[in-house]
Amino acid sequence: MKKREYSPYEENAKAFHDELLESEIEAVNLARKKASKREWAKYTEKIIHIIFLLLGLITVGCVLLITVYLVISGIPAIREIGLVDFLFGKEWASTAFEPKYGILPFILTSIYGTAGAIVIGVPVGFLTAVYLSKLASKKVKSVMQSAVSLLAGIPSVVYGLVGMLVLVPGIRKIFDVPDGASLFAAIIVLAIMILPSIIKMTITALDAVPREYEDASLALGATPIETYFKVSVPAAKSGIAASVVLGVGRAIGEAMAVMMVAGNVPNMPDSLFQSVRFLTTAVSSEMAYSSGLQRQALFSIALVLFLFIMLINATLNFFLKREKE
Amino acid sequence: MSNIITVKDMCLWYGEHQALKNVNIEIPEKSITAFIGPSGCGKSTFLKTLNRMNDLIPGVKITGDICYEGTDIFAKDVDVNNLRKEIGMVFQKPNPFPMSIYDNIAYGPRTHGITNKMQLDDIVERALRDAAIWDEVKDRLKKNALGMSGGQQQRLCIARALAVQPKILLMDEPTSALDPISTSRIEELVTELKEKYTIVMVTHNMQQAVRVSDYTAFFLLGELVEFSKTDDIFSQPQDKRTEDYITGRFG
Amino acid sequence: MLNQSLSKKRKSFEVLMKALMAVSVGLTAALVLFLLVYVLMRGIPNITWELLSSKPSYLTERIGILPDILNTVYIVLATLLLVLPLGVGAAIYLTEYASNKKVVGIIEYAAETLSGIPSIIYGLVGMLLFSNSMGTCLMAGALTLVIMNLPTIMRTTQESLKTVPQSYREGAFGLGAGKWRVVRTVVLPGCVDGVITGCILSVGRILGESAALLFTAGFAHAVNGLIDGLAAPGATLTVALYVYAKEQGEFGVAFAIAAILMVLTVLINFAASLVQKYFAKRRSL
Repeated sequence: MKKREYSPYEENAKAFHDELLESEIEAVNLARKKASKREWAKYTEKIIHIIFLLLGLITVGCVLLITVYLVISGIPAIREIGLVDFLFGKEWASTAFEPKYGILPFILTSIYGTAGAIVIGVPVGFLTAVYLSKLASKKVKSVMQSAVSLLAGIPSVVYGLVGMLVLVPGIRKIFDVPDGASLFAAIIVLAIMILPSIIKMTITALDAVPREYEDASLALGATPIETYFKVSVPAAKSGIAASVVLGVGRAIGEAMAVMMVAGNVPNMPDSLFQSVRFLTTAVSSEMAYSSGLQRQALFSIALVLFLFIMLINATLNFFLKREKE
Repeated sequence: MSNIITVKDMCLWYGEHQALKNVNIEIPEKSITAFIGPSGCGKSTFLKTLNRMNDLIPGVKITGDICYEGTDIFAKDVDVNNLRKEIGMVFQKPNPFPMSIYDNIAYGPRTHGITNKMQLDDIVERALRDAAIWDEVKDRLKKNALGMSGGQQQRLCIARALAVQPKILLMDEPTSALDPISTSRIEELVTELKEKYTIVMVTHNMQQAVRVSDYTAFFLLGELVEFSKTDDIFSQPQDKRTEDYITGRFG
Repeated sequence: MLNQSLSKKRKSFEVLMKALMAVSVGLTAALVLFLLVYVLMRGIPNITWELLSSKPSYLTERIGILPDILNTVYIVLATLLLVLPLGVGAAIYLTEYASNKKVVGIIEYAAETLSGIPSIIYGLVGMLLFSNSMGTCLMAGALTLVIMNLPTIMRTTQESLKTVPQSYREGAFGLGAGKWRVVRTVVLPGCVDGVITGCILSVGRILGESAALLFTAGFAHAVNGLIDGLAAPGATLTVALYVYAKEQGEFGVAFAIAAILMVLTVLINFAASLVQKYFAKRRSL
């Protein structure tokens, strides 16, 4: 076919038309590109949001995982032994020919040990905190606060070591008992170990008491000491209660230091100077060589300990929430 | 002159509280519109609605229409990030990022995908020149922006907003945190900017509204009471409440 | 009236309380001082270059803690490397993304629960979760420590995220930046101090940890490289202290380790407060 010839005018018009078309196509393409880019950005934003959500939920996942694992591995032994025999049995003889798996000695030891630590640790910690929060000079406060932080940072095995070599022989000599490794030694070590949590938290609570309360009391003619104990302390009572609960949690959960000073014999805690075993140490002392039902029973002990802790956590949370209000 | 923003029957609630009631306004292009009114009258809230910054506050509910160049800004297919690119914002307190001056200005363009160094240099210079701060900072572009004075920081923030080439610049009491000298520099700058941009500013200062703005809107208790040319509103207000306010009887 | 002194009852309360407080503070101070001096006095003489640079051998009856030092370093590195992205990510979710208050409440409660669980339980669960599948090894220990330290990193990061001024976020959003860009460029650089503080606190906690590692990481004393080390069982310094003191009666070595741990604890506390002060100062500028 013969190619049609364009007149110059027509050539021009065509070029113009093509150009117009081209620029139009370009514009459309650009718009499309922009739109798809926008879509893409929206998409990635969504994915990133989901990733962060998952990261946020990891803690929840961990708590669930821990709970489920402890329940699954703790239930079988309790089933086999029987809940009552397990919780209230007075004898633990896991390696005997006829093994007995009663954990009452451990439960009572843990309760007595924690109670003892609270009885000694709370007053000392509380009074120290009042002094540091209200009376101490800035310098003393800051020095003592770093001292308390140090106390909190010392690894529990170091407490155990010092307890083993200083406290245990000391108790043996002073009280003239055959073995110093006892409930009493454990109580002392635990009392020291909970001190920092109690002091820190009480200071925080007391520091937060509004100055106006104290001024009002002082203006009524109360002395500073009276004011601190009768106005500031009651005002901070939720925080102080929380510090005690936190101390309970620390004490009941401590394993290594107690392991090194309590003698680690599954006795009923009849006397302060008896060698005893705590819930925590019951788990760790036999884990390395246990098997079968014995091992499962250890998991059950862990489950009991975990339930105690969850209860304490819930209490702590209750007080902390009240403190916030 | 055409209107760049048209608002129809807009209401806004913070939870139960209705902060804006049936606002109707048309904002003309390439002009300066000032929003005045006593504190808590809703003028800042309204300003922040125009580029959907209120989206960031939980519990906000909005009804009515806001059209920017003919498109509804609340429509599903509107990308809020692009909207904010078109409608920039300068805040009450200068809020430069803790980065270098250069990086502050380049933040917006980089956000919208410009990575070419030459192009960025060009944009940064142009924005700083437009904001009349180029001569003061050209030798220390790599210095941290937090080291500048308050007035300089605010002009930097204006430059930062200009760098994404918006059509509209929303300014939320841009001079309230500044001294008188910095304030007059910013006012000068704003008047120059209206050549290229539409500017909407909230101001507490009525003299400022008179000095810089072409149009003025008076808000009271969440209502747009009056809107007209600045000269008219200050010389012959139509509404009694406007008159009371501009003659200093309340607020 | 004015020169009348306090009633007897009030006065005795005053004196009693003052005395009790003095005794308590004195007791606490004395305790810290005693622990510090006693451990250092008994430990430092036992720290020799040989102890630090060799491994224990039953043949030569020599004890060295080099493997334990290395293991500690490995486990610290591995734990931080894993826990940082998780903890920081969780904190970002809570402060930047989460809009549902219930979800935030649940996550925060879970974090509090995690920080209240005693390490012996972590040890047990770590054993079930990790050691049973991958064998007793440093990595299993590190994974256990990751769960333990997650709440710490999360909390410190969250606290510092809260101090990033809202105006930065507004500024960036106002320029049309998307959420992720705002988080990455404006929010994250602001939480460096929280991350560093969290790391320091975590290192302290890892150094002091023993109960959670005993059954997960084991107590071998072999010298390994980082990668083989993570796959092999090994004792950290603290676990080694326990083993030497409780099982082997090597008190000299135990005190040497205790002294080292004590010095590290002091240093870590010092570093933590230094970092806090530094950033507080920078923020107030």
